[in-house]
Amino acid sequence: MAILDKHKILETNATLLLVCSFLVVTIGGLVQIAPLFWLENTIEEVEGMRPYTPLEMAGREVYLREGCYVCHSQMIRPMRDEVERYGHYSLAAESMYDHPFQWGSKRTGPDLARVGGRYSDEWHVDHLRNPQSVVPESVMPKYGFLETTMIDGKYIGDIMATNAILGVPYTEEMIEAAQADFMAQADPDSDYDGLLERYGEDINVRNFDGQPGVSEADALIAYLQMLGTLVDFSTFTPDASR
Amino acid sequence: MSKKSQKFDGDPNTTGHEWDGIEEFDNPMPRWWLWTFYLTIIWGIGYTIAYPAWPLINSATAGVLGWSTRADVANEIAAVEEANAPINAKLVDTELTEISADADLNSYAVSAGSAVFKTWCAQCHGSGAAGAKGYPNLLDDDWLWGGSVEDIHFTVTHGIRNEENEDARYSEMPAFGRDELLEEEEIDQVVNFVMSLSGEAQDASKVEAGSVIFADNCASCHMDDGTGDRSQGAPNLADAIWLYGGDYATLTETVTNSRYGVMPPWNARLSEAEIRAVAAYVHQLGGGE
Repeated sequence: MAILDKHKILETNATLLLVCSFLVVTIGGLVQIAPLFWLENTIEEVEGMRPYTPLEMAGREVYLREGCYVCHSQMIRPMRDEVERYGHYSLAAESMYDHPFQWGSKRTGPDLARVGGRYSDEWHVDHLRNPQSVVPESVMPKYGFLETTMIDGKYIGDIMATNAILGVPYTEEMIEAAQADFMAQADPDSDYDGLLERYGEDINVRNFDGQPGVSEADALIAYLQMLGTLVDFSTFTPDASR
Repeated sequence: MSKKSQKFDGDPNTTGHEWDGIEEFDNPMPRWWLWTFYLTIIWGIGYTIAYPAWPLINSATAGVLGWSTRADVANEIAAVEEANAPINAKLVDTELTEISADADLNSYAVSAGSAVFKTWCAQCHGSGAAGAKGYPNLLDDDWLWGGSVEDIHFTVTHGIRNEENEDARYSEMPAFGRDELLEEEEIDQVVNFVMSLSGEAQDASKVEAGSVIFADNCASCHMDDGTGDRSQGAPNLADAIWLYGGDYATLTETVTNSRYGVMPPWNARLSEAEIRAVAAYVHQLGGGE
């Protein structure tokens, strides 16, 4: 085999070996990864997905900052035990506006992909303040300081603009109104018509932490309360080929 | 400098590579290893034929076995549902009050209800159903909205004071202090009166004045004797069981800012059979009426 005899050229020439190794890895990567971008059965579109509202986005930032993903996944796997415990298995499309996605890889705490609406806002406040007060067997640390850390949404428009670059369909109007929408969602007495017009009628507008002002707890609870609630599974028919 | 290495009879040939006088024997791979290697290649090719694998233009090859994760989990769930279908149908068709009379059905309902409870209810009411501050204890016989199996079934189905369900149980205690319906002094008096109903007032001299305030402001829901009204979820104040606390500070907080305990509706997440099972489970915990 003449070509194998030439192997010595590669083995004795480090630069050539590097170039050729890179070529092989590139082809392998292209074959494995690139098709996912065009194969129809890997791209599923579902009704109901919308970008995060400014307050939810801020809550997501708190979630990332506190490293919630270290103990909580947001990915219900397609297995019966998971579906029975957490609800319908997660769809890829449900993470389409997540940059980066929060699937996680470790469950010290439960999966949070469908935690939205599962507990009351008050429960979340109690639970963040002192997890053991409602779940004695929990090992979660206390996050009471979120309630007292007030935020004003000054930079939330910038975060949304960055997400827009990454492909999240935030309009210029949404980014301009970001701070106003941010304050409106945590105050049921405010004029929040614009917020509903921009993001949809089903937005939760509540004083999430039950205390005056907008705190990080407001933002985080707003985020948690919408997780996994966007797709209406009573009308969703899964395509079995996926 | 370099000395040709010594070679003995019977040594295998060398590969022909030589670096600084060091040569490499060309020992053949053990046969068993080589054949295992070939087998894994054949297995790998067979696997990509049997299961979804190769990307094509619009989709990937589906695999001759037709396997899919989603179909798999759907089948598994369907199989369990089918196995439980007869007894679930019976559970849904049986009058709630009759469930406990049928030993088999009751045993199924209580076990299934226990599983539902631990998955969906334990986070607030505790894994042993003893509740927590603000989350009712389901083991005792003190009920806010009623402890019959029908009442429990209704509460689980529609929830309490939530926005999702139109039939949710609803009532709202006024925030007597925050909304300035009562003066601080009056709150002090009525709190002392409420404490006297089940124990000792902090300051017995204020009880009498408190009783007048209670009659004017509180009795329409909590009744004249303070025993509460379940149709409005108004707690019994005359027993020593407290949801938020019966001490002076907590009661002052309650009267000043009111309480607004929320429970989600479960009919969107649980099937009718599951709701009936969990109602039966909670009902038999000890406090069921």
